[in-house]
Amino acid sequence: MSAKLERLCRQLKESFGERIGEPVLAFGQVTVVLPAENYLDVARQLRDDPALRFEQLMDLGGIDYSEFTGYQGKRYAAVSQLLSITHNWRLTVKVFAEDDEFPVVASVMDIWNSANWYEREAFDLFGIHFEGHVDLRRILTDYGFVGHPYRKDFPVSGYVEMRYDPEQKRVIYQPITIEPREVTPRIVREEGYGKGGGRG
Amino acid sequence: MADVKNYTINFGPQHPAAHGVLRLVLELDGEVIVRADPHIGLLHRGTEKLAESRTWLQTLPFLDRLDYTSMIPSEHAYCLAVERLLGVEVPIRAQYIRVMIDEMSRILNHLLSIGTHALDIGAMTMVLYTFREREDIFDVLEALTGIRMHGAYYRPGGVYRDLPDQMPKYKENKFKNAQTVKELNEARSGSLLDFLEDFTNRFPVYQSEYHTLLTDNRIWKQRTVGIGVISPERALQKGFSGPMLRGSGIEWDLRKKQPYEVYDRMDFDIPVGVNGDCYDRYLVRMEEMLQANRIIKQCIEWLRQNPGPVITDDHKVAPPSREKMKGSMEELIHHFKLFSEGMHVPAGEAYAAIEHPKGEMAVWAVSDGANKPYRMRLHTAGIPHLAGVDELVRGHMLADATAVIGTIDLVLGDVDR
Repeated sequence: MSAKLERLCRQLKESFGERIGEPVLAFGQVTVVLPAENYLDVARQLRDDPALRFEQLMDLGGIDYSEFTGYQGKRYAAVSQLLSITHNWRLTVKVFAEDDEFPVVASVMDIWNSANWYEREAFDLFGIHFEGHVDLRRILTDYGFVGHPYRKDFPVSGYVEMRYDPEQKRVIYQPITIEPREVTPRIVREEGYGKGGGRG
Repeated sequence: MADVKNYTINFGPQHPAAHGVLRLVLELDGEVIVRADPHIGLLHRGTEKLAESRTWLQTLPFLDRLDYTSMIPSEHAYCLAVERLLGVEVPIRAQYIRVMIDEMSRILNHLLSIGTHALDIGAMTMVLYTFREREDIFDVLEALTGIRMHGAYYRPGGVYRDLPDQMPKYKENKFKNAQTVKELNEARSGSLLDFLEDFTNRFPVYQSEYHTLLTDNRIWKQRTVGIGVISPERALQKGFSGPMLRGSGIEWDLRKKQPYEVYDRMDFDIPVGVNGDCYDRYLVRMEEMLQANRIIKQCIEWLRQNPGPVITDDHKVAPPSREKMKGSMEELIHHFKLFSEGMHVPAGEAYAAIEHPKGEMAVWAVSDGANKPYRMRLHTAGIPHLAGVDELVRGHMLADATAVIGTIDLVLGDVDR
């Protein structure tokens, strides 16, 4: 598999040269970062170029890098997983949104129709706007939901809860009554921790 | 001529054929569907967000709750992603067990899928037959994992425990007399593998019963042939996978094309359809059950002859045995650290996909080196399939919407996550 993926890396460099970031081969998959301005052109060529032929967009998801350990850079990215049935290889494509305050990324809906719901989901959960998407509505959260829940600054417990109010005889929203708690803290250990040696 | 306007109806979320809590807004012109707009999210539990606040091991049982008709394969994708980041080797016996359970789940899933699909479009009997066979597989899962549905059986680095040597047996009570109990317990007298082998011998007969009931049934064919047709090109565009893609004639199966675990040692065929309609997808699923049965047989034979460990001995990932833990200080520390702080997964990203019964199920795990996932993206086969419903039902009659929802094998837990 590895030889094949190296061939994919070479092919990507040959086809696109400077228009894409350096393809990285790690953990058995190839990842490439696309600059936002070339995103659509490159995506179209990824699908149509007979040497690449990524017919399928299997997945597209947002990510918020704001709390990633040791990371300095743009906050939001849309990450797609492409699959080529012809060549039997996969590619991870990452595109960062230029503006952290109002993240915008071009929509690939015209290139791969399956992007429709994935982009709606990334908009709903991360607030990434997909320019050119024809139907950018919320998809998973409630009608009238406020905020983008998968952003790192959105608490797991949320801000509002729902209950039935016997007086008003309907379901109402109210501020949450539960205390957020963390049972196991999040820990990043230094290199070589617990490997023996060095720490006596 | 009178001016007739299109009107809109709500299909679900409280509809028995909506397979859970799907709200489908249908725009109708008379009885013909002009547009379908599925509203999802009524079962959204935020699994991806919850995973970020739990350790890598605590996240695992959430995966069972995604697709609650074939539970354990979802764990498989998660374990593969974590294993890829950790770089741990899975013992060969654990790989065979995983393949066997996955194929059992495939039968479990397709039985429900075909049974309820038939139920939705008027064949009441099918579901009674298929649930009879599902019961046997649930019994195996219960003996194996201790619970009928949400097993939480796989672990990064292997599986939780080896196959049990005996099956639980029926006892006499006021509803079952000694003779009935004896008959019921006959297949359960040996080990789990014996019981499962007995099932695999019986299953082809059951499967042929379904063929008798449905395949040449005139009503079934009227309701499914030529309904929900999708061309191979459109299926690719729409991101379809699994039986939805194979029903359109594309021979694509990750078990063959990108084999994981020991699928490359298995002997099985991939069935494909021709027309890409509901009937072809039904035939694909029927044949897949037989092929799954074949794989289970091969696994049983191998597992009988090759005992061995079922989980890695890297104690940074998997706990030591209870015996060792109680006898050695170091193992006790390993155990304590693993279940309090949890394992640390090296920084990186991994996208691991498996051939789930419904299609491609994948976990994209992002780690920054902490004891919790930084981000876990779940790709389930149901999302693109449901997104494609609009295209599949346009121009069909209202009653065909049920046939299409049945054929995409919809489970809302899977779609909403």
